Amino acid sequence: MDLSSISPILLVASIMVSATPILFAAIGELVVEKAGVLNLGVEGMMITGAVVGFAVGVNTDSPLVGFVAAAGAGAALSFVFALLTQYLLSNQVATGLGLTLAGLGLSALIGKPYEGVKSPTLPKLDLGPLSDIPALGTMFFRHDIMVYVAVLMVILVWAFLKFTRGGLILRAVGESHDSAHALGYKVVRVRMIAILFGGACAGLGGAYLSLVRVPQWTEGMTAGAGWIALAIVVFASWRPWRILIGAYLFGGVTVLQLNLQAAGAKVPVALLSASPYLITILVLVIISARGAHGAPASLGRSFHASS
Amino acid sequence: MKRRTLLATVAAAATFAGAAFAEEDVTAGFIYIGTPGDGGWTYEHDQSRQKMEAHFDGKVKTIFQENVPESADAERAITQMAIAGADIIFTTSFGYMDPTLAVAAKFPNVKFEHATGYKQADNVSVYSARFYEGRAVQGHIAGHMTKTNKIGYIASFPIPEVIRGINSAYIHAKKVNPDVEFSVVWAYTWFDPAKEADAARALIENGADVVLQHTDSTAPQAAAKEAGNVITFGQASDMGDYAPMPRVSSIIDNWAPYYIQRVQDVIDGTWESKNTWDGIDTGMVEIGEISEAVPADVKASALAMVEAIRTGEYSPFTGPLNKQDGSAWLAEGETADLGTLAGMNFYVEGITGDVPN
Repeated sequence: MDLSSISPILLVASIMVSATPILFAAIGELVVEKAGVLNLGVEGMMITGAVVGFAVGVNTDSPLVGFVAAAGAGAALSFVFALLTQYLLSNQVATGLGLTLAGLGLSALIGKPYEGVKSPTLPKLDLGPLSDIPALGTMFFRHDIMVYVAVLMVILVWAFLKFTRGGLILRAVGESHDSAHALGYKVVRVRMIAILFGGACAGLGGAYLSLVRVPQWTEGMTAGAGWIALAIVVFASWRPWRILIGAYLFGGVTVLQLNLQAAGAKVPVALLSASPYLITILVLVIISARGAHGAPASLGRSFHASS
Repeated sequence: MKRRTLLATVAAAATFAGAAFAEEDVTAGFIYIGTPGDGGWTYEHDQSRQKMEAHFDGKVKTIFQENVPESADAERAITQMAIAGADIIFTTSFGYMDPTLAVAAKFPNVKFEHATGYKQADNVSVYSARFYEGRAVQGHIAGHMTKTNKIGYIASFPIPEVIRGINSAYIHAKKVNPDVEFSVVWAYTWFDPAKEADAARALIENGADVVLQHTDSTAPQAAAKEAGNVITFGQASDMGDYAPMPRVSSIIDNWAPYYIQRVQDVIDGTWESKNTWDGIDTGMVEIGEISEAVPADVKASALAMVEAIRTGEYSPFTGPLNKQDGSAWLAEGETADLGTLAGMNFYVEGITGDVPN
């Protein structure tokens, strides 16, 4: 076995790119869950973002406009979820699953004319001296802007939840919506905003797939990335920094297994192909065995002011 | 009695309707693994379907279903098509083999055509193309053009068709460039652009400057284009959008003449189960234009090879050739027999790595 042909520098660079879609989706879902809402529609919102971002990107010839549209589309779809679960008090699990199915179907419909079309793609940023640092430059400073936006989003969410009054209110709503309500906070309004934010993030993640990583539109192209994002939120015990670790770990295993194959590693290919999912399951098992979940206490419970 | 009369009437009406239907119209159904928008495999099947429909000018109706997984869903989709009144059904992916046979047993009056498989029945034909003839030409060009001497190969599933392609490309690359090495990545999918793009990137990052693909989408082409000085070949379709670089040539599957012939047979009532395996000679395999990125002398020798294969003067599997473990396979001048090729499950000498099982 000759693994010397795997370049660690290029590997890290690839991992950053391959982790970005799930990073977006997971950090959005983290905020939603921190507010006490379980939205299982991440996959549906991602793929809707992917198709809308792609369509708008192609038509306007600007990937950035595509990303904005994708965020809008993801938020629009999540708005349906928010209305159903927050005002009509529908079951969150069922509504979320419905959202995924609706998103998959809707995206196939919108995407029909865009199959096989080439899209404009985001240029790699030139960060001047940073990009020229040997090794580190290639690893971290020669990506397109969305890779950094994703990381920045994690930092912002962390800072928001930890240091701001708004973050405190959001967490209070997620931990005990009755207490938050008694204190005079608008539980439903806070949750609505959190759900919209989660939808927008999932949309961005989807658009990153169709506009940068592939870049092409194909039906069902998210291929379960939304579910992985949901798993990563649990994996991270609802902490922003661990989302970053989880996303890079998953992205890392995905890329590494292909690299191992390309380098001719003597490991059964079927095992390598399944490894990202096996590792996700393994980590989830370890976390639940440890017992410390850190899940928001009101997660998945409906709230009505009369209760 | 009444009920029996009713049944008889219905049966008579159905027979009558069926007969009337058959006089005017033949319906041909197609089951696709991806969507025609893949720009590759399914695209060519769909183009050929349209050409066939145009050829019969209204006499033949075609129906198709896209994105049919190679699982229990396939059986359902094929059954649905048979119930919908298709007279002949083309199932266009290897993994539809057993579902096709299962459905065919239930609909003895419907003709089935399974692409790239090897199991026949009274109403199931199999057809495929000698893609490996095109792979020989690709290997020849790749061997000449690689600078890193590393050629990446995105393989789909470890089935004979794919293994033949890898062997054929390797033999001809090695012939012109003894230092050449192949890295094979098994994607375990025919069509998943994200995975194909990742696989292409992994190969390129491992030093490959030629990427061959046996998957259906254009995603590897896009990845190679992004990387810059990497060459690729169009797979199943011309993928001409990526010419002249990275796509320097291609294998084009032209199914239209076959589809026209087989539907004509159904109309004439002369259809019978057979095994078709055509190559460059009948035009089922076409070599897409070799772009200006290829040096003139390489292009000339590649075209000479195409011509030699077309006339039958040269066969891509001509000895002396050994199997991967070093045991002798073909003696000097001997050519591979159809049976071995159809069931090929071994690499030839020089390829590293194992065929997954």
